[in-house]
Amino acid sequence: MDGVSLEIAPGDRLALVGENGAGKSSLMNVLYGLYQPDRGTISADGRPVRLRSPKDAIALGIGMVHQHFMLVPSLTVAENVVLGREPTRRGLLDLDRACAEVEQTCRRFGFGLEVRTRIESLTVGSQQKVEIVKALHRGAKTLILDEPTAVLTPQESDELFKVARELSSAGHAVVLISHKLKEVLSFATRVAVMRRGKKVAEVPAEKTTPEELAALTVGSELSRETNGARGPKKPGAPVLELERATCRTADGRKALLEVTLSVREGEVVGIAGVDGNGQQELAELVTGLRPLEGGKLRLCAEEVRRLDPSLARRMGVAHVPEDRLLWAVVGPMSVEENISLGRQHLPPFSHGGLVDSRGRRQRACSLIRDFDIRPPDPQAALSRLSGGNQQKVVVSRELDCAPRLLVVVQPTRGLDVASVALVHRRLAKERERGCGVLLVSLDLDEVLALSDRIYVLYGGRVTGELERASFDERRIGRLMLGAEEATFA
Amino acid sequence: MLEVLEALLFLAFDYAPALVFASLGAVLSERAGVVNVGVEGMMRAGAFAAAVGALVVPTPLGVVLGMLAGACLGAVHAYLCIRWRSEQVVSGMAINLVALAAGTFLLEALFAPTGTPPIAQLERWSLPLLKEVPIVRAASGHSALTYLALALPLAFHLALWRTAFGLRVRAAGEKPAAAETLGVSVSGVRYACVVGAGLLAGLGGATLSTSTLDRFEHHMPAGLGFMAVAAMVFGRWTPLGAFAASAFFSLGNALRIGVASSAPAVLQVVPQGFLLALPYALTLLVLGLQRRRGAAPAALGVPYDPETR
Repeated sequence: MDGVSLEIAPGDRLALVGENGAGKSSLMNVLYGLYQPDRGTISADGRPVRLRSPKDAIALGIGMVHQHFMLVPSLTVAENVVLGREPTRRGLLDLDRACAEVEQTCRRFGFGLEVRTRIESLTVGSQQKVEIVKALHRGAKTLILDEPTAVLTPQESDELFKVARELSSAGHAVVLISHKLKEVLSFATRVAVMRRGKKVAEVPAEKTTPEELAALTVGSELSRETNGARGPKKPGAPVLELERATCRTADGRKALLEVTLSVREGEVVGIAGVDGNGQQELAELVTGLRPLEGGKLRLCAEEVRRLDPSLARRMGVAHVPEDRLLWAVVGPMSVEENISLGRQHLPPFSHGGLVDSRGRRQRACSLIRDFDIRPPDPQAALSRLSGGNQQKVVVSRELDCAPRLLVVVQPTRGLDVASVALVHRRLAKERERGCGVLLVSLDLDEVLALSDRIYVLYGGRVTGELERASFDERRIGRLMLGAEEATFA
Repeated sequence: MLEVLEALLFLAFDYAPALVFASLGAVLSERAGVVNVGVEGMMRAGAFAAAVGALVVPTPLGVVLGMLAGACLGAVHAYLCIRWRSEQVVSGMAINLVALAAGTFLLEALFAPTGTPPIAQLERWSLPLLKEVPIVRAASGHSALTYLALALPLAFHLALWRTAFGLRVRAAGEKPAAAETLGVSVSGVRYACVVGAGLLAGLGGATLSTSTLDRFEHHMPAGLGFMAVAAMVFGRWTPLGAFAASAFFSLGNALRIGVASSAPAVLQVVPQGFLLALPYALTLLVLGLQRRRGAAPAALGVPYDPETR
């Protein structure tokens, strides 16, 4: 971050946009006392201040809703809100008063929250409300929202922005950090664009367009893939069929209940749903990471009774998992080693039982070129790459296997505009090639943009199947919340 | 039969407090997110310092010295784990090894290889009415520490679940970043808890050398520190659970001592080694049989680094 100036007034609705690593979150962390600026000043109400810790920021009325929630799952709503300034009576924690105080804050700002519930049993949308209540309870006048809609359904996002608008008309300043230009333009009055640690523009929202903002964030005109560019759908034989498939989560609860679905050659099938409704288990099931408990699983019309990851690979299944550092790559190993993983015993990565370092280098370099992986160094430790480039390594490796079924989970989460476009383009290319793609994403816009068909998962069941012609964001949102009876195309 | 039971209970009342104190300390430290396998070493330091102290000053003051010795090792563990974010299990084991070696060296340099000379044991309280009732009278005739060990778990239960400090401790162990963003000092909470854990382990060790026995013996605490950690796990990281587990393990210990001293005939059938291993085998068995897992604090063993939130 370098020489950034920013001014926020009461009632402001300011949006901060920019690529990953452009410095948006750093800027806000300075404002919240988590990072210290090397140079420059922060002033509040015209007086210069020093923010040594979040405590100082809180005292100045600054509240932050972090991208990854800062909530203790095993504690109740009230306990999470009062943590750090707990009401006590004769030395003991006064939980009744805590609940009453938090309830009052909720009522004052129109949040319907049951303050005695534990965080872990709340939906993501409600957890976010708790985060906002936390800030307001401490008298926040300036609210920073760091990518607040990344995990919300459209309905939940609408509600969030309604609340944020009400707060701003009551005199609170709201700062929104987001990748989604559509919501930025509909919510904010001012938009500040960050690029490589510098503020490159600050424009009134009504005087700009998504195209202009996208161009400003990457520094050049970027031709965004439009949906019209995709070829017509010509799906072939099924590559994946599930028939009344049932499986459990890691801790033994039912995760999928009699799920029936199929993916055919040359089509992208999207799975929409709120986090934790069985998507994760579905992806693990078809990649052999989780055992099938009931029902049938067929890959390329062949019934598979006991699928394991190795068999899945041999049958042409590739997997881009959600948590790449946990499942897909080894951080301390080099890019070329990571690219060889899974096929390390096959040419060109191996020759006569030994690693073929020249063959591996060549293949790695060609993928690095194809996918514009930066830095273009096959020997760089993977963990030193940015998140977007790590993801490109994973995607390039999986696509290099020429899969018949590609399972991708949250492929663009946290990626910047250019990387997202690249990944999307590659998925479209796989579809053209005749690969079946199963796309699991919490970003409904992504599912809508890429899929030929969508299944909606709710509570481990398929609550709806929609063809591209009948995609309807509102209806999918209702199906995701289980608010509409199951319907099938 | 009743007499045997009574004798066993009496022994358990004598042996349990050391385990109870040490396991409460372990609960405190781990609830705040710092793994504590250094309990054994902290107990050894406490037992040694208390016995040596009691040779010079009155025994109760010796107990205080023992607590301070434990707290010093606790402070070392805290400094390594919090300030330098070192691997917590390794730090704990290092403390165990240092305490084992230093205790042995000092013992041989100052006294005899087997133990210190006897000291004035802590006064044993005889409870007026209780001592007349069969069975129940096993609870009479112990030092004040035994009765403290009965009361302390309840106090800890209240402190963890009914005070503001307890809420912060639990938050620091479950999601430190959440606590920090609300202005709670995670480091401060963790320092307090780990030093407190050392204090309690020191008290546990002091109990061994001043109340259970009347001297420091070269093998003290003979694995009781590890048993305290097992009691904490078996008790699902709760004070009352750790207390119950400690009591259970102590009964096993009492059985071993009771059989060896009052029924030597048994030794003709069962080799003594088996009896000696009984409490430890019991511990292993119980931990292996434990069905539900996942009660450990979510951030246990993860050093808190404000930069990588």
